[in-house]
Amino acid sequence: MPNKKAMPPKTPLWARLTKHQIIIPIAALLLLALFNLIADPSFFKITLKDNSNGDPVLSGNLISIIDNGSELAILALGMTLVTAASGGQDISVGAAIAISGSVMLRVLCGSDSRSETLQAPIIVAFLMACLVSMAFGAFNGSLVAFFKIQPMVATLILFTAGRSIAAWINNNELPIVKDESFAYFGNYIPGIPIPTPFLIAIACFIITWLIMKFTNLSLYVQSVGINEKTSRLNGLNPEFIKLMTYVLLGLCVAVAAFIKVSRISTINYSVVAKDIEMDAILAVALGGNALSGGRFSMGASVLGAYVIQFLTTTLYKFEVNAAALPAYKAVVVIILVVLSAPTVREKLSRLGKKLHKNKAAAETA
Amino acid sequence: MHEDSLLEMRGIYKSFPGVKALQNVDFTLRKGEIHALMGENGAGKSTLIKVLTGVHIKDEGDIWLKGHDKVQIHSPQEAQKLGISTVYQEISLCPNLSVAENIFIGRGKGGLVSWRTMNKRSQELLDSLGIAVSATQQLASCSIAVQQMVAIARAVDMDCSVLILDEPTSSLDETEVEKLFILMRQLKERGVGIIFVTHFLDQVYEVCDRITVLRDGTLVGEYEIENLPRVQLVSKMLGKELDDMADIKNSVPEFVDKDEAPVYEVKGLSSTEGISPFDFEIHRGEVNGFTGLLGSGRSECVRAIFGADKVTSGTVKIDGKSVRITKPREAMKHGIGYLPEDRKRDGIVGDLSVKENIILALQVKTGFFKPFSKAKANEFAEEYIKLLDIKTASVNTPIKSLSGGNQQKVILARWLLTHPKYLILDEPTRGIDVGTKVDIQKLVLKLASEGMSVTFISSETDEMLRTCSRLLVMRDRKLVGELTGDQLTQTAVMNTIAGGDKNAE
Repeated sequence: MPNKKAMPPKTPLWARLTKHQIIIPIAALLLLALFNLIADPSFFKITLKDNSNGDPVLSGNLISIIDNGSELAILALGMTLVTAASGGQDISVGAAIAISGSVMLRVLCGSDSRSETLQAPIIVAFLMACLVSMAFGAFNGSLVAFFKIQPMVATLILFTAGRSIAAWINNNELPIVKDESFAYFGNYIPGIPIPTPFLIAIACFIITWLIMKFTNLSLYVQSVGINEKTSRLNGLNPEFIKLMTYVLLGLCVAVAAFIKVSRISTINYSVVAKDIEMDAILAVALGGNALSGGRFSMGASVLGAYVIQFLTTTLYKFEVNAAALPAYKAVVVIILVVLSAPTVREKLSRLGKKLHKNKAAAETA
Repeated sequence: MHEDSLLEMRGIYKSFPGVKALQNVDFTLRKGEIHALMGENGAGKSTLIKVLTGVHIKDEGDIWLKGHDKVQIHSPQEAQKLGISTVYQEISLCPNLSVAENIFIGRGKGGLVSWRTMNKRSQELLDSLGIAVSATQQLASCSIAVQQMVAIARAVDMDCSVLILDEPTSSLDETEVEKLFILMRQLKERGVGIIFVTHFLDQVYEVCDRITVLRDGTLVGEYEIENLPRVQLVSKMLGKELDDMADIKNSVPEFVDKDEAPVYEVKGLSSTEGISPFDFEIHRGEVNGFTGLLGSGRSECVRAIFGADKVTSGTVKIDGKSVRITKPREAMKHGIGYLPEDRKRDGIVGDLSVKENIILALQVKTGFFKPFSKAKANEFAEEYIKLLDIKTASVNTPIKSLSGGNQQKVILARWLLTHPKYLILDEPTRGIDVGTKVDIQKLVLKLASEGMSVTFISSETDEMLRTCSRLLVMRDRKLVGELTGDQLTQTAVMNTIAGGDKNAE
């Protein structure tokens, strides 16, 4: 800032920190890291080991987090946009992943579910899946944008029907892709010790960052989410922008589905990406984004996604029963969501100011 | 307390943080009269009603009610018990229940309901009031007017002696209004006192007996309807004396070339907001304005021009060429800018920063793939913050934390940044301090001298007389007159606003 007078008055560090939304996932991450550091420092150990194919790959808890958190982080990107524009969430992403994955397998295996060779190039299968996912996104989006149905109710339709649609696409068979190169995308590419899903996620982040930088997406989406009437009077088309966010989420779904299917080279319609929608919504909330729409921070959502994965991995590490996992998660979630609620944050920042004032008073006295 | 009075309010004071909403206001309602409560926006009408119905607690003053002596009203329920009922513009009944259920809801003593008696009593009540509706009909299937009458019937049946009708006619058509008036006159016969809040002058003169005028939270006076001609009423509401022409000099400079095709021209424009079709044109460098009382349709006119409401008819020409404007985006494409009346609802994007609010319209115009760089956006924002002297901590401060006047300047900056040919300013000076008001008026004249066409709307007539070279006068959603040149005086404006003055002596 060129002019010193224009500088805002100095606010106490505490108040400034509570204002930044990214502080919430960072704090959660630090807390989890600290907990693990005290409980078992070996949690952070990363080693280079040979995998079953004989290729040297990195392994360790941290690697597992960035590997398994990929799908969630990618979904969080789209979910953030949907939340910001429509003030609601898409709960059908898990089911949509099943559909998308199913489409991919159908294209790759053709009519023979045990086919030895690929019936179509992987890229064709992927693009096909993208198209289908975006079409379903457009379906959800138009229910929300044009028919003004509450997002959760609108997406409940696909949430309910999605997995049966997925099974129906392959006549309820479970096609298996035998081609090795397909498995690279969900595991490791020979010679690269970093898990491919993480690389795909990074690519997605970079693309998102470029979109944010070179288009007006963020400004338009936030305007529509905050004040639809004003947005319309400034020439935006709120319905179209809402629809677009659902279509973009559809694209994220297709990428996540690609990773999911590639991990095991097949699909299980009823369990693939189960409950991932809740984690994705949670990632957005953890990132300090208002679930009622408006301002958003992509970075915070992505960080939120990795915090959730960190938590899951930590719980696994401490051998919490898989069935009890959601209960533990719920406790942490309650705490974090309450802390990130604007009213609580306001109170905290007021408390911080008060403390600051008292301290200042004590110093002068 | 006087013999005939149903209700007397004396010396009522009410303040909100930063605003003195009511100062020493008196109000008297007599038995069997329809009493109009008049005033422009912010005059204190609704605050007075809310004090009376217990929504707000008065700071000072006394309220007497017939049969109760001095009363303290702390909640709407208490007001209800004391016989004060309110029917709002927005109907607060349950549309999914039957008419009879709506009349009796929340009034049962025990848990048991006799449907037969309820329906019978409702039907009797409705018949006695001449409301043509069946008691068992679902409320949602009735017209808005009937719904309103059912609300009134409910109030009457609850033994109300004071009935408050808050803008009941704004969503009714003429025949429905007529029906409502018949009902009001019937209630008057029964001795009910009715407080009638409305913006429609014709309706006041048709049905009311007395008028109380408020302005800026103070009482202007109480008048018998026969003794207050319309022009007087308008001048009392606006706070201008009729012969108060001293400060008006016809000094509005003109920069208009009438031979050129108008920048904007429309024939027979109307929208879904119920304005009668009107013709309008504006030339390069012209400043004109729509005037009229609140609710007269002046805002709806400019909204129709900008395509903010759904346009139902009209042929638009920009610079002589026929174009279609049905959406704000199309209006913007043709170089029109619009600063809306309701800043909070239609103007600001509250959580976004001052900078983002300033660049918004231009960013929409430039298109999705052409965002400004951070440096460019900051440069724009800082340029206009300096030009309009916007008081903000930084370009990144959320606009909602600015004062009203500064928020208004940000919205103004947003439109100036798009360099419009034709700028519409609807109440740009509302709720901002005097200095800023003058600045904005000066700015408007400066822009006009540079060739911009401006339509300016303000509740303050003298502001419009100072800036506009042509005034279009609206009354009851119709364009009723056009004033130019020597006609631009307070008196002429008020006469035209008041219109067909049957009560003039």
